[in-house]
Amino acid sequence: MAEEKDNGDAGLLELQKKIKEAFEVFDHESNDTVDVREIGTIIRSLGCCPSEGELHDLIAEVEEEEPTGYIRLETFLPMMVKVLKERRYRPVPEDVLLQAFEVLDTAKGGFLTKEDLVRYMTEEGEPFTQEEMEEMLSAALDPDTNTIQYRDYLAMMVIDEN
Amino acid sequence: MLLVIYGNSDKKLVGKLESVKAALLIQSWYRCYKARLELRRRQALSIFESIEYADEQDQLQLAKFFTFMLENYTQKKEENSVYQSIASIENQRLDTKTVLRMVEVPDSYEGPRLMFPLTYSDVLLLIKAFKENQILHARYVLEVLVEAKKVLKQLPNITHIMSIETKELTICGDIHGKLDDLFLIFYKNGLPSGNNRYVFNGDFVDRGKNSMEVLMVLFALFLVFPNDVYLNRGNHEDFLMNLRYGFTKEITSKYKKHSAKILHYLEEVYTWLPIGTLIDKKVLVVHGGIADDTDLEILNKLKRNKMRSVLMPPSTPSEIELRNIQFPYNFQTSSMSLDQMPKDDWDQIINILWSDPRKKKGCSPNTTRGGGCYFGPDITNHILNKFALKMIIRSHECKPEGFEICHDGKVITLFSASNYYEEGSNRGAYLKLKKDLIPRFFQYQCSQMVKSKTLHESVNIVESTAFRILGEKLIARNSELMQVFKMYDVNKTGKITFYEWGKAVGQVLEMDLPWLSLCPRLAQRTEDGYVYYKMGFKKLTAINAPKQVKSGMFQTLVRYRRDLKIIFNVIDKDKSGLISLEEFRDIWKLFCSHYGIKIDEAHVDQLANAMDLNHDGSIDFNEFLTAFDVVHRLGGEPKP
Repeated sequence: MAEEKDNGDAGLLELQKKIKEAFEVFDHESNDTVDVREIGTIIRSLGCCPSEGELHDLIAEVEEEEPTGYIRLETFLPMMVKVLKERRYRPVPEDVLLQAFEVLDTAKGGFLTKEDLVRYMTEEGEPFTQEEMEEMLSAALDPDTNTIQYRDYLAMMVIDEN
Repeated sequence: MLLVIYGNSDKKLVGKLESVKAALLIQSWYRCYKARLELRRRQALSIFESIEYADEQDQLQLAKFFTFMLENYTQKKEENSVYQSIASIENQRLDTKTVLRMVEVPDSYEGPRLMFPLTYSDVLLLIKAFKENQILHARYVLEVLVEAKKVLKQLPNITHIMSIETKELTICGDIHGKLDDLFLIFYKNGLPSGNNRYVFNGDFVDRGKNSMEVLMVLFALFLVFPNDVYLNRGNHEDFLMNLRYGFTKEITSKYKKHSAKILHYLEEVYTWLPIGTLIDKKVLVVHGGIADDTDLEILNKLKRNKMRSVLMPPSTPSEIELRNIQFPYNFQTSSMSLDQMPKDDWDQIINILWSDPRKKKGCSPNTTRGGGCYFGPDITNHILNKFALKMIIRSHECKPEGFEICHDGKVITLFSASNYYEEGSNRGAYLKLKKDLIPRFFQYQCSQMVKSKTLHESVNIVESTAFRILGEKLIARNSELMQVFKMYDVNKTGKITFYEWGKAVGQVLEMDLPWLSLCPRLAQRTEDGYVYYKMGFKKLTAINAPKQVKSGMFQTLVRYRRDLKIIFNVIDKDKSGLISLEEFRDIWKLFCSHYGIKIDEAHVDQLANAMDLNHDGSIDFNEFLTAFDVVHRLGGEPKP
């Protein structure tokens, strides 16, 4: 049975392999380094949900003393293993996400207008770039009403992911 | 980030803080979602690249098989119909006038009619017709090829462009039959003309569905503006590559009975394409790249038209002798075996057409592709210095942004076929050079879709195609995979971990892909996070394969069907799509013997009978082999 194996070791190997595979996708020169600007994508693609601020802290942990613009696998790997094992920056559950939309929906009508969503996303918190805003709208906006029916949107996103 | 305000707080402030918190939550979540999609997209792209290069490696094995085939096919030549067919191809000298007389344009033809010598209005006519999806009549195709060959023959191996001060120069990379991209470039940048010079750096054909139209437009422009349109040979301007990568199929389906003539003539026209361009003696434009021993002087002097195909390397003297004993004919050239290209010259051209730049120093064989080299920045420096050059512009590799700069700005990769692997996979680019020889890049992405896709939809499309072609490999190696899976399943539970699955697949397929990440999407999972390996692969199936085909042979056919198509095509002298049962049996046995596949006689007979669908002693091999194309159930139509 697979269970009889030393779960600790097998689990760690699998974790490390998973991290390496995500890292390798961005390692364009195949020399175990990635551009620091891609680290955020790598960390998030592994299922973590840090804010931009938290991301900066993580990057600071793995950057060289003299920042070269590159992050090396050998420093990244142990840090990432720790982050995943400690289950830091877990994504929020769907219902909490729904509540977040509801907070923004001051009129409590079950939807957000396009203007409101754009305002919140590009002016509050850690603002979206124009590209991020357009991408979110392309899936979230109901073109007939020019609103975001956030319940439906979230439900669709959940299905998409699976 | 938890912010808690107690007591008599300003409600407005609380509200504001809450909305900031909510916005932040949504933003973080969305960025996470985006990142996961980006990873999936890039992993799908790495699957495409990996398989494309593995395919090219197969070419080398195929080349060796042709040699093996000739050396081992020892039936008496008079009785040997295969020998007859091979011999007759070459004896059929193509007399241009005869060929053209053989192909008449009927009055009922409604497509574009060209007047030779071609003028600008003929070009505009062609473009308009192609935009309306018309097909140019075989007669005009042949005439264009005949005229193009006459002009190409006059050109040196490496063409020179000077006086760049007075005329701007545009350089384009691989187009691969994507007519929309070509038209988009012309739309953005203008048609070629006296004031608008263009260099097209090879790989005009294969893969895209309008290779013929692209070729016709380029050749027509070349004939009208021979001093302003430069065409370089790419590794796909090769009749045997076309068999594997789609151009031959396009020609046979568009031109039917005339396709044989077109294919024969095309073969020759390719060999007359120049292999490079030199701009102001400083910028070298070649399709692939260079090697440590690349020598412009040799390249200038050699007889480029003797390079027929990457799959036909010149034989060593002893091989020639052996062949002359068994048959006086050999595959390679129209006259005798002694009229081959010297091996060194051939290597020089292969390197120019097939090499790839890499970060690693030095020059090593390009094992991924099976031909050409990997060349490092030191090699670039060495060659640039040796020949007083400033920069190399090359193509040959698909890049997500349509171009890439490496080796400290000295090597530029330029790729002009957007969405090369699949809709949404990459941008295309072209560059412009002025007197200062500093390139300016222009990017674009052609889209068939009327409504632009969401990120999720576009990633799904790319991924689905990648999985389908990956699935072919998995199905083809099914028995070997099962063996290795069983090794890991020590206690015979039918389950193994994701990690073990990843290791097994990587081992058997010998492909360096992110198998662990791909596992949940390809394999059947249990609820507790293991893989039911006996249940095969998710959503993949080979449709319509005849039942008489036993499982072992089935896998061989899935795996080698492209190679087999090429081999049978070469045997099929009149390009009818049919070969005789006897020919099939002989070649199949040789094939299995060379590739080390165990067969038994009964199976071969069974297979031959299965293929003879009309019971008339002949086999439509294309149709038969297409049955082994693998389909990804969500993907719909099987693609070639």
